[in-house]
Amino acid sequence: MSAAALPVAERTPAGTLAARFAGLMLSHAVLLAGAVFMLLPFVWMLSTSIKPPADIFTTQLTLWPHQFAGVENYGAALSKAPLIRFALNGVIVCAGILVVQLATSIPCGYALAKLRFPGNNLLFVLVLLGLCIPVQVPALPLYIALAEAGLLNTYFSLMLPFFLSVFAIFLFRQFFKGFPDDIIQAARLDGMSEFEIVWRIVVPSAWPAIAAFCVFSIIAHWNDLYWPLIVISDMNLATPPLGMMMFADAESGSSYGPLTAAAALMTAPLMIAFLLARRRFIEGITMTGVK
Amino acid sequence: VSAAAATLSHAGPPLRLRQRRIERLTGWGFALPAFVLLLLVNLAPLVVLLILSFTDYQLGAISTKFVGLDNFTTAFGDATVRRAFGNTFLYVLIVLPGAVIGALVVAVLVHARKRSRWVYEIIYFLPVTSTLIAMATVWQFLLHPELGPVDAFLRLLHLPSIAFLSDPRWALPTLAVIGIWQLIGFNMVLFLAGLSAIPRDLYEAAEIDGCVNGLDRFFTITLPLLGPTLMFVLITTSITAFKIFDTVAVLTRGNPMGTTDVLLYDIYLEGFQYFHTGYASALTVLFLVVILIFSAIQAYLVDRRVHYG
Repeated sequence: MSAAALPVAERTPAGTLAARFAGLMLSHAVLLAGAVFMLLPFVWMLSTSIKPPADIFTTQLTLWPHQFAGVENYGAALSKAPLIRFALNGVIVCAGILVVQLATSIPCGYALAKLRFPGNNLLFVLVLLGLCIPVQVPALPLYIALAEAGLLNTYFSLMLPFFLSVFAIFLFRQFFKGFPDDIIQAARLDGMSEFEIVWRIVVPSAWPAIAAFCVFSIIAHWNDLYWPLIVISDMNLATPPLGMMMFADAESGSSYGPLTAAAALMTAPLMIAFLLARRRFIEGITMTGVK
Repeated sequence: VSAAAATLSHAGPPLRLRQRRIERLTGWGFALPAFVLLLLVNLAPLVVLLILSFTDYQLGAISTKFVGLDNFTTAFGDATVRRAFGNTFLYVLIVLPGAVIGALVVAVLVHARKRSRWVYEIIYFLPVTSTLIAMATVWQFLLHPELGPVDAFLRLLHLPSIAFLSDPRWALPTLAVIGIWQLIGFNMVLFLAGLSAIPRDLYEAAEIDGCVNGLDRFFTITLPLLGPTLMFVLITTSITAFKIFDTVAVLTRGNPMGTTDVLLYDIYLEGFQYFHTGYASALTVLFLVVILIFSAIQAYLVDRRVHYG
């Protein structure tokens, strides 16, 4: 290793060293410029959320307000819109969806990966087909069905299209495929039922894939707007994005202080979770993204 | 040993047969809940959608009849629909280079950093986890033609104010920039995964072969070896961009002068605001066809990677 590195080091006179330094500076300059673009909305959101109207409605730009109005703005946001309720709705919907997704896709993924039964291949083809169909496609028929059943404006209607995740089935099938058959066979000889094998042996070993999928599912459904916008008109059932949209409409873009305070509160839970579990989030996106 | 083997093979066939039956039953049992849901939530609605697209069904209407291909011929002749397709593709064309090349550059630079890598990872990934609807409201204020910091920056450069979201020339590109902002971190993470799969000694070998320039290394090693990741990112970004809806619904609602009227927003209006269900179904079928074309290209590329990769 050090022998291989030596010739390179030998060929590094002062000129190349300066060039490397310049390259390093350039690379940081590009990254920092991009970082400003990425962070600007967050910084401006937090800054505006603690400004009084006098500091907002002026062409004089300041990052820190002349007079701290954070309490007023966050107080106004919380009293004008049921933000806690939106967040709670988001938690209920995400949790409900996730539980059903895991309960149905883990056994199905295991069956597709490890069990021989007639229809196995056909089912897998259907799963692959399902992967290409975005939720906007079944939305119209599902909406009609829910309307006919009188189930619009319910938690159930918010969750229904997402109970099944073909993506989860696909991900778990790929992951379970790599699980050693010998261990499963040994567990069978020990008299374990297939149900026990799945939940007590295979699932614990698949923890990274399951955690990755949970991250993916929660980000997707906490932030989804299209479907809640269709089935929910009752503000008490609004998820964070829909609630935010209703709130922004009601304020019609005039009171930026409370609006940005509300935005900060609605986007905070996931961002804090991300900052706490950065590795899991990034692994999750990598795993679910590369497929 | 041979005696044990003999008893095993003797007891084998009925045991294996019983095991097969158990496996078949558990297989069906395990797959059943997912299969039923797949049928109810995905496949049956797809069939219903196809049927609806050949009818004049309107939610709450008294009578419905088959109209053949009328919905589709109307859609092709409808200037609004053609404009929606045009706007959507234009949006994809702007987002694609920004979100893919931008993410590639960032990933290559971040990958080379050792100590500061995690800081950049967090910063660039932050928008992916943020709630786009909430952040869209912030963007609106950021781009405010009188009060926003972007306008202050333009004034600093002695440039005229731009009404980013209400000027027909600027509205769609502005939404595309917000789209790029949201996608770059996601694509960066995918590229980083691809980059860490490239063996280090390849770079050392290239350096010995006289490939000392960073750009040389990028074009002779990084880019070719990143090919499969690049293709994947291109397709997923196209699909995501093609599904643009959120920022339109919150920020522009198709305005100004229809320049941000995109396909999904059109479908949403026809299907869930005007309740032209049959017509909206036909538009959804067209939407699905485009998505399936993207998916088919992806499947073809993944297939090639398996054979030659």
